[in-house]
Amino acid sequence: MYVAVKGGERAIDNAHRLLDAERRGAPDVPEIGVEQIAEQLSLAVDRVMTEGSLYDRDLAALAVKQARGDLVEAVFLLRAFRTTLPRLAVSTPIDTASMRVRRRVSATFKDIPGGQVLGPTFDYTHRLLDFTLTGAGRDGHPLDGPPATAPATNAPHVRDENDDADEAAAPPRVMDILARQGLVFEERPEDGRAVGDLTRDPLGFPAARDVRLQNLARGDEGFLLALGYSTQRGFGDNHPFAGEIRMGELAVAIAPEELGFEVEIGDVTVTECEMVNAFKGSKTEPPRFTRGYGLTFGFCERKAMAMALVDRALMARELGEELDAPSRDEEFVLYHSDNVEASGFVQHLKLPHYVDFQADLVMVRAMRAEIARREAAGKDSGTADAADADTFNDGDAR
Amino acid sequence: MSLLDDALLDDALLDDAMMPGAAAFLAEKPAATVDRAATDAGARISTASQNAAQTTAQAAPERDAQYNYAYLDEQTKRMIRRAVLKAVAVPGYQVPFAGREMPMPYGWGTGGIQLSASILGPDDVFKVIDQGADDTTNAVSIRKFFVRTTGVRTTESTAEASVIQTRHRIPETPLTEDQIMVYQVPIPEPLRWMEPRESETRTMHALEEYGVMHVRLYEDIARHGRIATNFMYPVLVNGRYVMSPSPIPKFDNPKLDRSPALHLFGAGREKRIYAVPPYTEVRSLDFEDHPFEVEKWDECCGLCGATDSYLDEVILDDAGGRMFVCSDTDHCAARRAAGHVGPMAARRDLKELADRTAAE
Repeated sequence: MYVAVKGGERAIDNAHRLLDAERRGAPDVPEIGVEQIAEQLSLAVDRVMTEGSLYDRDLAALAVKQARGDLVEAVFLLRAFRTTLPRLAVSTPIDTASMRVRRRVSATFKDIPGGQVLGPTFDYTHRLLDFTLTGAGRDGHPLDGPPATAPATNAPHVRDENDDADEAAAPPRVMDILARQGLVFEERPEDGRAVGDLTRDPLGFPAARDVRLQNLARGDEGFLLALGYSTQRGFGDNHPFAGEIRMGELAVAIAPEELGFEVEIGDVTVTECEMVNAFKGSKTEPPRFTRGYGLTFGFCERKAMAMALVDRALMARELGEELDAPSRDEEFVLYHSDNVEASGFVQHLKLPHYVDFQADLVMVRAMRAEIARREAAGKDSGTADAADADTFNDGDAR
Repeated sequence: MSLLDDALLDDALLDDAMMPGAAAFLAEKPAATVDRAATDAGARISTASQNAAQTTAQAAPERDAQYNYAYLDEQTKRMIRRAVLKAVAVPGYQVPFAGREMPMPYGWGTGGIQLSASILGPDDVFKVIDQGADDTTNAVSIRKFFVRTTGVRTTESTAEASVIQTRHRIPETPLTEDQIMVYQVPIPEPLRWMEPRESETRTMHALEEYGVMHVRLYEDIARHGRIATNFMYPVLVNGRYVMSPSPIPKFDNPKLDRSPALHLFGAGREKRIYAVPPYTEVRSLDFEDHPFEVEKWDECCGLCGATDSYLDEVILDDAGGRMFVCSDTDHCAARRAAGHVGPMAARRDLKELADRTAAE
């Protein structure tokens, strides 16, 4: 039977029908709503917005629904939509020091101005399946009833969201405190150079840090997690500490030229991570701390932390470190971080390749015939030609 | 290099809201054609929002007015056309361009799709093939995409097409000056298998440092007694740049040499565009004592009897039965329509295959 991937049009249409039916699932189960995804699968939505490079909760939730929960596919849907959007304005840089924090922790100082805010974290949950979430769920909203109160101790004050000190609104960044003492590298924008944008200009090497950060922000969480992890296991150790991790809301503003002043156009939720890394100095640099930076839309803490590790690893070239680990190899990292590109190219192997395969098939048959002919000739004459034998020693033909 | 002259003379063209069709791109006297095409295009855009049903080209399908013509916004198309002009000016050189995310996955031909989106105009006739066939699933999908977003007329006949987007083949029917081939390219860098780093390979191209490529071909001969590269076989373009002809079988390489058509190559994921302008020398790399050779088959096409076309192997049963048929379905169907009959054309169990290729 002739079974090539042909006969396209009808097959494609029917495949789309089946796909849609699979997405819907059993018809006696109520269909999930986009609002439900946006509200109750919010971390999936956050990841899709971050890697999809588009801050729109509703569209990201729609993408998650359409992709049946396949987040890489959802990222792809959002990116393809993003292509069609006109670029109306470029925002002024956001200032994360002005963030209304919902979570903010530092692993480098016991107490910090503004305090530590745990916020909605999985960190200290016991990973026990909560069977009350099956079926109808629990009665009432989780925040109904009085908040837990702290027993009186001398331990450093760990704030929670119920504290409402003024400084809670926008606590200073931990790294800024260190920077004022000259202990960390200061990142200063280069005068006159516009910030790079790899969605408008193709990636070139060596890549500047702005472009590297953009690439990492769009990059696949799993890829960055593995690379960041590898730096901790000795493939390019950076001695990282989590200087500060903060998550919360901040305003985005644009400054239209014709107005001459800034206009706030909305709020975004972002997660920021600043890693502080010991640096012993080099021929040209005194010992001080370096920093790795991670920023994501929404609450993508794992991604932000991994991104900060990899960002620091990619500074190896500028700091004169050995380029001896995968995480420090900028072509390796930046060319392979994008899951839309990676997913497409890996999966394109299922498209028909029979023309090229036929070319290999023709060659392999010809080579085998040639070898068989020589072997037959060798047996006939009773002596193997030494030169011929050498010709094939390298291959696995025998 | 009349094309380049025309294109550059026609610089104003880049400032039009619309690119005139590829036909105009290649026209001897571009001005008149351009004006007409641009007017058509302008009319098309202005009426699209008011009356989605209105189309300019006779017998052309309706296009989906919810999207910009050919999906991409005009700025993006302009950016891609600039890259195309540069690629034409420097044959075989890989021009970086800011590739966009398309609604098809990387690896499905996004580079070729962006090229087609940037050059297709209302007067064009579009053909899409994958593995030489018009009805392979991805060719069907790409053709549908452009019908929906441009309303372009399509064809399965190589001779009728003004733009042919392809994956892995060049049609058997000789191309003409009025045609543009658009190739989908997975890995544009011919040196990639020897050197994984882009920063290195760009330097090697700049310095014409191609010894490594010859060493690789030599090692093939030393090990296997022959050059064991069968597709994506490297070529030297215009005596300067070593270029990957995309994963076409080396059987198709000679068709590129001094071809009257314009050949555009697009790699979406790798964000590169390159070109072979009309009548450019394209030489497949080889050695004096091991000259370049193409695939040969002992068999002929089972359906049309062709002995000079690229053949696909079709497995007929699980007992080793197989036949060979033309990979280029349009070529095969045209030959059979002209009365050529292959040795297996009369077999009843192959009727479905014959009907399917004949229907094209």
